[in-house]
Amino acid sequence: MSKYFPLWPDRASTIAGQVDGLYIYLVLVSAVMTLLIFIAVAVLAVKYRRRPGVLPTPIEGSPILETAWSVIPFGVMLTFFIWGAVIFFKERTPPTNSTEVYVVAKQWMWKIEHMEGQREINELHVPVGENVKLIMTSQDVIHSFYIPAFRLKQDVIPGRYTTLWFKATEAGVYHLFCAEYCGTSHSGMIGNIVVMEPQDYTQWMAGGPSVPLPEAGKQLFTSLGCSTCHRFDIQGRGPNLQGAFGKPVLLEDGRTVMVDDNYVRESILNPNAKIVKGFTPVMPTFQGLVSDEQLNALVAYVKSLGQPAAGGAQNQAAAAPAGQPQKQVQ
Amino acid sequence: MATTVIPAQPASKPLNYLTNGSTIRSWLLTTDHKRIAILYLISVTMFFFLGGFFAMLIRLELLTPQGDLMHADTYNKVFTAHGMIMVFFFLIPVVPAILGNFLVPLMVGAKDLAFPRINLLSWYLYITAGAMMIHVLLNGGVDTGWTLYSPFSTQYSNTNVIEAGLAIFIAGFSSIFTGLNFIVTVHRMRAPGLTWDRLPLFVWANYATSLIMILGTPVIAITVVMVAVERLFHLGIFDPRLGGDPLLFQHLFWFYSHPAVYIMILPSMGVISELIACFSHKRIFGYKIVALSSIAIAVIGFLVWAHHMFVTGISLYAALIFSFITFFVGVPSAIKVFNWTATLYRGSISFATPMLYAFGFIGLFTIGGLTGLFLASLGIDVHVTDTYFVVSHFHYVMVGGVVMGYLGGMHFWWPKITGRMYPEAWAKLSALFVFVGFNLTFFPQFILGYVGMPRRYWQYPPEFQVLNILSTAGASVLAVGYLLPMIYFAWSLRYGPLAGPNPWGAAGLEWQTASPPPTFNFDETPVVTWEAYNYDEIEPKMEPTTLEAPVER
Repeated sequence: MSKYFPLWPDRASTIAGQVDGLYIYLVLVSAVMTLLIFIAVAVLAVKYRRRPGVLPTPIEGSPILETAWSVIPFGVMLTFFIWGAVIFFKERTPPTNSTEVYVVAKQWMWKIEHMEGQREINELHVPVGENVKLIMTSQDVIHSFYIPAFRLKQDVIPGRYTTLWFKATEAGVYHLFCAEYCGTSHSGMIGNIVVMEPQDYTQWMAGGPSVPLPEAGKQLFTSLGCSTCHRFDIQGRGPNLQGAFGKPVLLEDGRTVMVDDNYVRESILNPNAKIVKGFTPVMPTFQGLVSDEQLNALVAYVKSLGQPAAGGAQNQAAAAPAGQPQKQVQ
Repeated sequence: MATTVIPAQPASKPLNYLTNGSTIRSWLLTTDHKRIAILYLISVTMFFFLGGFFAMLIRLELLTPQGDLMHADTYNKVFTAHGMIMVFFFLIPVVPAILGNFLVPLMVGAKDLAFPRINLLSWYLYITAGAMMIHVLLNGGVDTGWTLYSPFSTQYSNTNVIEAGLAIFIAGFSSIFTGLNFIVTVHRMRAPGLTWDRLPLFVWANYATSLIMILGTPVIAITVVMVAVERLFHLGIFDPRLGGDPLLFQHLFWFYSHPAVYIMILPSMGVISELIACFSHKRIFGYKIVALSSIAIAVIGFLVWAHHMFVTGISLYAALIFSFITFFVGVPSAIKVFNWTATLYRGSISFATPMLYAFGFIGLFTIGGLTGLFLASLGIDVHVTDTYFVVSHFHYVMVGGVVMGYLGGMHFWWPKITGRMYPEAWAKLSALFVFVGFNLTFFPQFILGYVGMPRRYWQYPPEFQVLNILSTAGASVLAVGYLLPMIYFAWSLRYGPLAGPNPWGAAGLEWQTASPPPTFNFDETPVVTWEAYNYDEIEPKMEPTTLEAPVER
């Protein structure tokens, strides 16, 4: 409405309008229900107010009416459920062509790392009209990445990645809030989402020297000694990571897991949790040895190995036909 | 029912539970459920005003966008204190431990609860826990929020989390003992002829509540022990750096704390059923389904906890299932509201203060319940969870529901508890203050939440200020509405007109004994030959009966 009495936040993502649509529907249905009950109570109370000599009529109940006012409201609620579930399904299914951005939360700031190597604090620049997927983790307690203008929120949890995707529709500067209580400066853990026209974004992205994230990860991969076991030329003591990302892998205990951000992260911090079939648990943990930013770089690098044809940073190691993630004899 | 005026003869009066023993010892070592209810009344009221004091500090800080009244850490401790005190020391015990303790034995025609000494022990546990809570507050407070989310509570908070957790642990046992007592009493001590389908709905509601208390409370007890163990010994339960799972805490916490919402609201719903029946002067519409809906809420309430966790990254399909079951739990609540409304039809409706609170309850609980459906709907929840929308929703249920029911019940049974009537005009005025003040406080918070103001914010962007000012203004009106009854209830103890055994012309065994009741409730064990709410056998009254003009006692 006005600046002083707002009824809506800005509407700046593809999902925002859909959430508002459902919200309006819910408000209307609730208003009708509330009015019906208010009017029924008021009318009945006045009409049947106590008068001398007038006796009430005992009524036992009515199974038909009671069934009706159980089933009909439940039917209406099902529409709330289905509509809400459809929106949630979209919110939780990132398109495969999303631009990925890493977010590390800590008391009390947001650290953002773009794949191209740009880093920001408490600000996230994104272009209009592009699918953006945030891969987020926390260094300490639980935080929550909340952009009211996008109607989106996702808790950011230590020890794992959670993701949030959106497609911004309107250029502008929008609030970023931490929505999960995280201690002293919880209300100071705020920032800006800067949505830019694509050309402005390209210009912004070009400014400032930076090492692309997978490239930084590659350097770490060598300096931390990962490459001595995870080899691309011959079979090392660890699985060959060429082409591994994004594919299922069979484990020692017979389970199959998807090699995704969380699996790669877990395998660095807690290598013995899920051993690939045919390998022995010889890898030491890197818990405490690598920071969350370095982890993100390593994960981004492993991911880049999994996309032989992808643009951006490329591995100069063994060529594409790595084929199977791992094939190994006992 | 006798409406004749009986001259007062204080000297020859038989002893009632209030006059039977006047020493401090006779109160502190009493095993009389009615005296224990009075002990609870005094202590719970104290905690209500303490929690209310912290609420006022919150509202004052939020008058301006800048954090200027207190430091951020202080603010965090203030809202934590508000939440912990209101949830564990007010909302959970308020109706069961005060009205339930007083009324359940009377309503089932028993001399006392099944385990009178355990009942006294439950009050001492409550007081011990309360004293520890106050000790925590006096020694720097605690800053985790009442939800104690890990790993903040286990590894990062520098405040006295363990002692606060221990207070919650002990308060939990107090409520387990109350629940245990009610269950055994309802099973074993009903008067002859008082079958299950003749029980008052208030007893049904407290029975359902007791089931949740004894099944759910141990889980929160275990959870706070785990928090303490991780804090003290760095045993990795919740902190991922120690190998724990941070979401495990939330699963355990909400497994209790969502059903706990029903521990709070169910007894109040029971009160409303009694009020609507009495002041419509007829049997509640669909007695059986209203009784069973309490049990349904207790059972289904255990299956919805993860709807507090839709944005934590739980799996998509888990979220869908929990969302669905959450809509399901809305049905028994809706049934109650519709059946109460239908009870008015062809009734004989009196607008006494308790009934005004019942109307208020229906209105506010309807809004609270419907906004709960917003939150159950996944697409909306992602946007409004952890914002003021949630704050407003649960205050509509907790304050609009529980407190309205409690105040309605206090006015209704005040003549039974004290033997005196409260001043009706003042009571109506205060009910109006409560209703208007409540809506002014909390309705703007729905809008605030949708616009995007996160909860637990000490400072906020300036565009949220106007709505916050409205909310603070409403809180001031609400405070007057809560203080007024304190004054006129106290006044009525001395100057209120003496009430007869049944001033309202109400059905129910508690109205068939003297006001205040004798220590063992009934001179003879009643034999029940009638159905619940046999209002067709009672003449409706235009005014409450009083025995005499106001006199000093």
